[in-house]
Amino acid sequence: MRFSPHTADDRRAMLRQIGVDSVEDLFSDLPASVRLERPLNLPQGLSESEVAALLGELAAKDLDMQQYVSFLGGGSYDRYIPSVVGEMLRRSEFYTAYTPYQPEISQGTLQAIFEFQSLIAALTGLDIAQASLYDGATAVAEAAMLAWGQTGRKRIVVARSVDPQYRSVLRTYAHGHGLEVVEVPLRDGRAAADDVATAAADAACVIVQHPNFFGLLEDVDSLVGAAHGAGALYIAVADPISLAVLRTPGAYGADVAVGEGQALGIAPSFGGPYLGFMAVRQEYLRRLPGRIVGETADHEGRRGYVLTFQTREQHIRREKATSNICTNQGLMALAATIYTTLLGPHGLRQAAALSIEGAHLLGDGAQGISGMDMAFTGPYAFEVALRTGAKVGDVQAAMLGAGMLGPLDLERFYPELPGHMLLSVTEKRTAGEIKRLLAVLQGVEA
Amino acid sequence: MKTIFEEHQPGRGTEYLPSREVDLRAFLPEAEIRSELPLPELSEVQAVRHFTGLSRRNYGVDTGFYPLGSCTMKYNPKINEDTARLPGFAQIHPYQGEATAQGALQLMWELQRDLAEITGMDAVSLQPAAGAHGELTGILIVRAYHELRGDKARTQVIVPDSAHGTNPATAAMAGFEVVHVPSDERGGVDVEALRALTSEKTAALMLTNPNTLGVFDERIAEIAEIIHGQGGLVYYDGANLNAVLGHSRPGDMGFDIVHLNLHKTFSTPHGGGGPGAGPVGVKRHLAEFLPVPVVTQQDGRYHLSYDAPHSIGQMRSFYGNFGVLVRAYTYIRALGPEGLREVADDAVLNANYVLSLIRDHFVLPFDRIPKHEFVVAPPDDLVRGKGVKTLDIAKRLLDFDFHPPTVYFPLIVHEAMMVEPTETETKETLASFAGTLNGIVDEARENPEYVKTAPHQTVVGRLDEARAVKQPKLLERLGG
Repeated sequence: MRFSPHTADDRRAMLRQIGVDSVEDLFSDLPASVRLERPLNLPQGLSESEVAALLGELAAKDLDMQQYVSFLGGGSYDRYIPSVVGEMLRRSEFYTAYTPYQPEISQGTLQAIFEFQSLIAALTGLDIAQASLYDGATAVAEAAMLAWGQTGRKRIVVARSVDPQYRSVLRTYAHGHGLEVVEVPLRDGRAAADDVATAAADAACVIVQHPNFFGLLEDVDSLVGAAHGAGALYIAVADPISLAVLRTPGAYGADVAVGEGQALGIAPSFGGPYLGFMAVRQEYLRRLPGRIVGETADHEGRRGYVLTFQTREQHIRREKATSNICTNQGLMALAATIYTTLLGPHGLRQAAALSIEGAHLLGDGAQGISGMDMAFTGPYAFEVALRTGAKVGDVQAAMLGAGMLGPLDLERFYPELPGHMLLSVTEKRTAGEIKRLLAVLQGVEA
Repeated sequence: MKTIFEEHQPGRGTEYLPSREVDLRAFLPEAEIRSELPLPELSEVQAVRHFTGLSRRNYGVDTGFYPLGSCTMKYNPKINEDTARLPGFAQIHPYQGEATAQGALQLMWELQRDLAEITGMDAVSLQPAAGAHGELTGILIVRAYHELRGDKARTQVIVPDSAHGTNPATAAMAGFEVVHVPSDERGGVDVEALRALTSEKTAALMLTNPNTLGVFDERIAEIAEIIHGQGGLVYYDGANLNAVLGHSRPGDMGFDIVHLNLHKTFSTPHGGGGPGAGPVGVKRHLAEFLPVPVVTQQDGRYHLSYDAPHSIGQMRSFYGNFGVLVRAYTYIRALGPEGLREVADDAVLNANYVLSLIRDHFVLPFDRIPKHEFVVAPPDDLVRGKGVKTLDIAKRLLDFDFHPPTVYFPLIVHEAMMVEPTETETKETLASFAGTLNGIVDEARENPEYVKTAPHQTVVGRLDEARAVKQPKLLERLGG
């Protein structure tokens, strides 16, 4: 299957116009020593019907969430996506465009990003949001770099209750800059203000996820106090659905809010493409990484949108840029904008409320199972962390046998938590499904 | 067009979720619950019209010709969109067990293998989310390699003056000092200057080949030798791989590390600025530094391997922009080895064809056989005599429904205009674009003011970028 339109006559006419005899003549400046003198060793090309069948066979080898009921979460969620989202995303004026370098013919992309920034600012309760980052993990890392740039301090403090993927990526980025990453230990699944106060001395920032990786509410007021008391920035990591019902990072005093936007209308897709977001207080505007869209007007006074504050960016500043990031996650930000617009405040609250209600139905039920208990105490939402006397592998096998996906084995990321597992509930999970899960959990032998 | 905030009417909305009443106070402390949520409320029809309206104020490859240099805006096959949305790919969770995702893992393993073959590398990571992210991965590998050898004095990364801005920004982000090497009079790296700049402090050289002028650096083997001779590594920015697919491989040119842009060379859509994917390939001696996890195969079963003590670590959540990987895999399977080589043939043919049609109307800073793209500038009598600049010509192109070329890049060419037609365009489209460009040059001589005030046909005219900075309005809130 090829997408080049040329006929043999086309090629001949074009070569004649150029003034050469063959296409090979156009490659005559490639030295013999670097030429590949054999065909690439790849499978032969296929027609569209053949390639469709091949990919269909590969996809059929996977167990997907249309056939299996998912209780997996931990940073990627099986949420309901209205039909309109997929329909709009397939408008090829959106998805076959590049970064909006020519604003006169890119107002669609630009206005959508402007609306995205507005929605993120409303959700986080902060002053300014940028146009998006690769994912939640890189957003956390970029936020840490921002804090380093702002404070000049080289220590990054992160709560161990932050998503392990995020902490892992943070360490990679920090090492590149020669920054030190210090983890605040778990105290009943959370960060303690005393620990944060100690660790934050001379730190650029304190990074806390709320609700945290285990679904627990952190004591954000005292943690913000501890961070600020040490002169460190407070970076809040938040799930956008949780922001529909919980007090905002802006309200509890965070300087920066970042997170993973996948929950806003983006398919789980085995982990990507996803959507990182970042919002900050006004004073950090010029330290933001990546694209920012602003409103302006043309000479006739017609409103329009442009990429702005570009003097922070790599194509202008080169090695002095705030980040090397070039694009954003344009189409994913568009998905989030469409999703949030469709659901509106009531729908978004309902997605959060139904998930929390379901998580508690599961948590309450699990506590009644012998050999099983809540892993931690205190308020929780979305995720349910459980301790079990059974092998987590056996739980996974039993759930799979019953047509369900889950749980996540927490020991994989927390060696100090053997026999702990994480289950997640979204608004898609019915009371019936949760009761079936409880029956499966009940049946696993300790 | 109105914004969603201006469309807002309290009480509007559609029931997407069960409307059962939930009292959150039963589960959460009341003080933690948010009381207001100032988001717009629209009916579904309003929302559909709003976003359809936005799409109509956009220009994509499906709208028309998009010769944006260095971005490779080729046609995005629709079958790729279908395969990426198969439930077995789109509806699978990153934490579901390996045994339940063998199809996805097989696809990734085969794609790793295919990209290694295409680039002449030995091992590939699919994790980086974009080209710039691939660059950062590559440069962190450079750093890890020297660190493990105890080679701590290597603090510099050499970058040509024609390089993409991401190259120096990336090197700085990995803690390196950036050293610029000039171009020679033929548009390639000034080899003598490079020799003088290379030392035991050199960690790596970052290079694009063909470079941003569309010129293939014939002395590439010598360049690689200079760097290797001083113990440095040579990094290939894969932005321009489309030009040499199946003809020449970075691995055979002497490069140690390469990043690819699947959204350029392998036809995955640019999405209005992401998501892309920027896999990184390395030679054998660097494989141990690749990000984790990599996909491995044993006895026909596929695994995610984290067993890499010298790995630079993880570059993002999970395994990569998987949905983008599915599209690129579909493309590679559809084209096969001959199809991919033909991509380069026609990309280069098309660039040379357009150049042959406009060369009399423009200035060529480097008159050589270009590869997949070329750089020209408007004639001096226009720029100096009439004050008509490259930007004006670009804006006037908008009136004829063409996306303009990349302008003012590379930085080493004054008033640069960088044209990359790609292989998927017809001879007629190319000729029509060339004729329009020439016509604008002629028009600018007779009526410079009209060109300088272009575009005249778009939904908005040139926008006041200074005002956007001086009176920033970066968001809207309900109620103004």
